[in-house]
Amino acid sequence: MVRNEFARMTSLGKLFRTTAFKLSFTYLVVFTLFAFATLGYVAWSAQKVLTDQFVSSIESEINSLAGIYRSGGLRRLVNAVERRSRAPGASLYLVTTSLGERVAGNVGALPPGVVDRFGEFETLYNRTDETDSKPNVALVRVYQLPGDFRLLVGRDIEERIRLQDVIHRAFGYSILFIGVLGCLGSWFIARRVLKRVDDMTDTTRDIMAGDLDGRLRIAGTGDELDRLAQNLNDMLDRIGELMRGMREVSDNIAHDLKTPLTRLRNKADEALRTAKTPDELKAALEATIEESDNLIRIFNALLMIARLEAGNAREALADFDASEAVRDVAELYEALAEEAGGSLEVSVEEGLPIHGSRELLGQAMANLLDNALKYGASHDGRAQKISVSAQRIGSEARIVVADRGPGIPESERSHVLERFVRLETARSRPGFGLGLSLAAAVARLHEGRLLLEDNAPGLRVILLLPLKEVSVPQAVPVPAA
Amino acid sequence: MRILIIEDDKEAASYLVKAFRESGHVADHAADGLDGYAMAESGDYDVLIVDRMLPKLDGLSLIRSLREQKVETPVLILSALGQVDDRVKGLRAGGDDYLPKPYAFSELLARIEVLARRRASAPSAEPTLYRIADLELDRLSHRVTRSGHEIVLQPREFRLLEYLMKNANQVVTRTMLLEHVWDYHFDPQTNVIDVHVSRLRSKIDKGFDKPLIHTIRGAGYMVRVGAMDGEE
Repeated sequence: MVRNEFARMTSLGKLFRTTAFKLSFTYLVVFTLFAFATLGYVAWSAQKVLTDQFVSSIESEINSLAGIYRSGGLRRLVNAVERRSRAPGASLYLVTTSLGERVAGNVGALPPGVVDRFGEFETLYNRTDETDSKPNVALVRVYQLPGDFRLLVGRDIEERIRLQDVIHRAFGYSILFIGVLGCLGSWFIARRVLKRVDDMTDTTRDIMAGDLDGRLRIAGTGDELDRLAQNLNDMLDRIGELMRGMREVSDNIAHDLKTPLTRLRNKADEALRTAKTPDELKAALEATIEESDNLIRIFNALLMIARLEAGNAREALADFDASEAVRDVAELYEALAEEAGGSLEVSVEEGLPIHGSRELLGQAMANLLDNALKYGASHDGRAQKISVSAQRIGSEARIVVADRGPGIPESERSHVLERFVRLETARSRPGFGLGLSLAAAVARLHEGRLLLEDNAPGLRVILLLPLKEVSVPQAVPVPAA
Repeated sequence: MRILIIEDDKEAASYLVKAFRESGHVADHAADGLDGYAMAESGDYDVLIVDRMLPKLDGLSLIRSLREQKVETPVLILSALGQVDDRVKGLRAGGDDYLPKPYAFSELLARIEVLARRRASAPSAEPTLYRIADLELDRLSHRVTRSGHEIVLQPREFRLLEYLMKNANQVVTRTMLLEHVWDYHFDPQTNVIDVHVSRLRSKIDKGFDKPLIHTIRGAGYMVRVGAMDGEE
């Protein structure tokens, strides 16, 4: 048996390789990136709003303090700064000389050089009333007052930093959450799918190992795996059918070719022993050639039936008119029937379109007419009237070949459709017992049926073939039965 | 007539070569598709017999390649497959006739001779009038006369005679008649064809000294003037 390379993979390896897992994982990555982007945007805009607010309040305080300085000089400014510094939740204020000496304000220690920088920036600071605690971060702005003084106004931004922390933590947790949940989800889905695929694989491997009756389990959910399993099961059924058919055919062939082969051998043997003159030998040789031609015919007929039953003639089918085919073959045999002293009556309805093989229908008709001529004779051996008809019955073409011979007893009718079956009364006449089998196989190929009925007296063979409707069906009354 | 047999079964091929030589023809053999192609392309053969399944280059591809190279030698395809659509596939590939295995040599010979003759006669349009001795068949007016007397034929009898006269002086087998007159390709197991020929014969030959439709024993029929060996 062929070893499957996938069979050697570890179960975890198989899990990671499943389509379900790969898909889930891809989705996980995409969603994580999306969450990242959303949170990032929220954090960025929240910070921006806060900063803008700080900047504008610093701006307006500087403007108002600068106004106070311009109108009332340093004293008024210092007063105003001292007053504002004491208010609860006050901003940060500092007034210094150009050398950095503190004049007034609530800011204590500052990193060196801060008052020499202008514009907005962030810096560490300590309030005058909490000199020993650790420095905080503030957003400040330094303003050059006329007369070599500097004014620093700022806002503590610890609040903003705390918000940042909250957002960062949220970031972390949500990524972790998505990751864990996503991984679990992928694993769960992949395992579910994998389990069913593994089931299927096990079953198919059993079937390959010889358990030809095994079938895949259908979960009943109607999903794509169920549909696949159903199709595979149908395929297995069909393969099983074909295999049984082929086995039967080869068994039959082996069994039934033995008789004519033995006959052939015996004839040659007998000629060898008894023939004296060259003429006798020649005649014996001719007889053996004739016998082998018969063998070849049997073989061809058997192969044809086997192929028809295997269904691989189906691709060669085309649309044709059954009326024409029936009429042509009937005409072919009419002369023969008349020559034998009988007659052939033909009544064919025009226009019976069929999807199938004109060639095979012709051959089937030829076999039926051949039989009717051979076995339809009366007891004293005289040929009788044979009738051939074709008509439309509902959605089927009903083609009938009827004779006036002894017919086939009802108990034997299904039996004679089998290969090589010949009635006792037919044994004395030439033939192989394949004609009806072939006709029945042709009927099945056309998705039709072959029926045998009593013609009282005689045999009526009925071929029912589905019509191919090209236009609206004619209003033909369908028999209730 | 020069015949090239492209067939990988050595025994079958040597049987054919021998049988064709006994029938007075020149026969060569190629054992695989490539050799066969080279010989068919360069050699001047009247007809090719090509097996469908060949090593190196399969029969249908071989025929297709020859046709592409404008080698128009008539080809008869031999096939062991014998499936329903095989004939169609073979003829579509550029084959001129098709014979499923197993076959009788007389059948093969008759078909080969008809193919080769078709090539020898000018590829111009078919004549509208066939004439053998005093028998005339006019394909346009659908009239048949013998010694000036009109003979009335059924449409099918007319086609039968037309095909026989088209291949006058050549053996035409029962299978060939079923193929060309009735357009069916199965093996006519009973004597259906014989009955039609004998009816035609009674209309054509009755009352005349020299029969024109002859039965060739073990092979088929022939339209010709005068009797010949092997005739019944």
